[in-house]
Amino acid sequence: MNKDYSIWKLLSQGFKQHQGWTPAWRNPEIKSSYDVVIIGAGGHGLATAYYLAKEHGVKNIAVLEKGYLGGGNTARNTTIVRSNYLWDEAALLYEHSLKLWEGLSEDINFNVMFSQRGVFNLGHTLQDMRDIERRVNANNLNGIDALALSAQEVKDHIPMINIGKNTRFPIMGASFQPRAGVARHDAVAWGFARAASNYGVDIIENCEVQGMDIENAAIKGLQTSLGYIKTSKVGCVTAGHSSVMAKAAGIRMPIESHPLQAFVSESLKPVLDTVVMSNAVHGYISQSDKGELVIGAGIDHYTSYAQRGSPHIIEHTAAAIIELFPMFSRVRLNRQWGGIVDTTPDACPIISKTKVKGLYFNCGWGTGGFKATPGSGNVFAHTIAHDEPHPLNAAFSLDRFHTGHLIDEHGAAGVAH
Amino acid sequence: MFVIKCPHCNEPREEEEFHYEGEAFIARPSNPEAEADEAWGDYLFMKKNPKGWHWEMWGHAAGCRKFFVVKRNTANHAIDGAWTLQGARAAYETEQVAA
Repeated sequence: MNKDYSIWKLLSQGFKQHQGWTPAWRNPEIKSSYDVVIIGAGGHGLATAYYLAKEHGVKNIAVLEKGYLGGGNTARNTTIVRSNYLWDEAALLYEHSLKLWEGLSEDINFNVMFSQRGVFNLGHTLQDMRDIERRVNANNLNGIDALALSAQEVKDHIPMINIGKNTRFPIMGASFQPRAGVARHDAVAWGFARAASNYGVDIIENCEVQGMDIENAAIKGLQTSLGYIKTSKVGCVTAGHSSVMAKAAGIRMPIESHPLQAFVSESLKPVLDTVVMSNAVHGYISQSDKGELVIGAGIDHYTSYAQRGSPHIIEHTAAAIIELFPMFSRVRLNRQWGGIVDTTPDACPIISKTKVKGLYFNCGWGTGGFKATPGSGNVFAHTIAHDEPHPLNAAFSLDRFHTGHLIDEHGAAGVAH
Repeated sequence: MFVIKCPHCNEPREEEEFHYEGEAFIARPSNPEAEADEAWGDYLFMKKNPKGWHWEMWGHAAGCRKFFVVKRNTANHAIDGAWTLQGARAAYETEQVAA
């Protein structure tokens, strides 16, 4: 790959008023046939295309996007990256991803601003603390960094957090993963798009898939808003719209699409140098490099494709954050938005072959897909290239809802994202 | 935020008063022991999750606490109507026959 972004390039462009930069990725004409088509140009889809080209030598790949690149959930998440999951299957998958994050900027020659500032998962009850002990030990056994901290140790790291006993749910301690952190969400989509494009991947925006051409239980092609595309392998990475895609292929999915809201405050001077999450009061918060407090919480409970939720969810989230950080009570909110997340019954993704030959699904990431972006693309590329799952995603098959081998991360890791 | 009219209370109230209870009319297999794993898994986990009109159950959690059925558009949150469970089945079946 042409690694042409560097400090020297930046300096030399500086002397030319930055007039010599070229677009980061190509804008090609769509072809009538591809070896592999990825539906959805979000982080996961672009990462899949990148690893297909880089690690599996697939030459003729298209990524189709009905809107614009990285305009869905990649642009709407709260950018937290961590791997402190309880069960082996999930922990190893997310840890694989975290390891890829650690070398990602160099690998794709694009600064994704991955900042390993650590993540605190707060405990507010005795049961929370027991669960934290268990999860920290499970993480350590899987080679994942994790510590259990007391309330005072949390306070030592985060001076303005309220560990007083005068709150509804006093903080009793936390688990801490030092290698966790945040990354710049848009840069991840742009970086993977540029790296994939350099390998010859065609990224086609404003191209909606309208139907699937399936014969004898094998995929033959796709009907799109830009015409028919012949292909024998399709990877579907469409997050909240996965049920719509599955319906076109005649497959049933255990997925419900829910709005997940988040918001940012006005920009402040640096005040919070880590990520704090709490399941009991339900909110999570970090501070972006622009200075905004980035805040999120749980899903709206009804299903929706409308990319908006209800105001009372925002109210609950703000209340939770203010309970943790009373000093933020006078901070004003700047922007609020919603994305459509594809939730599964066991809060774990589906990275799987289907009963249609050549049709693969990577979905069900629910509220926590961003952290998995490189790992998800990496194992999904393997699944598509070999028509067999990678050892790390074998457990995440669609079959598990029929065999009963669910990976119950819901309560277990106290999964909040 | 949207307003739902509970068919039991017959009064429009804000969504926050209600609890979403999921897809309506999922039929439990009459003889679960005889079902294949696939049919049982489908019953337990598989969802229609349509983009568009959706028949779904709600509970009037902070009101009469009864369940009822709403036909709601998941693309824009428009509500076509709300029925008691019995009334809803008739309306749903009429719609299925018409389709």
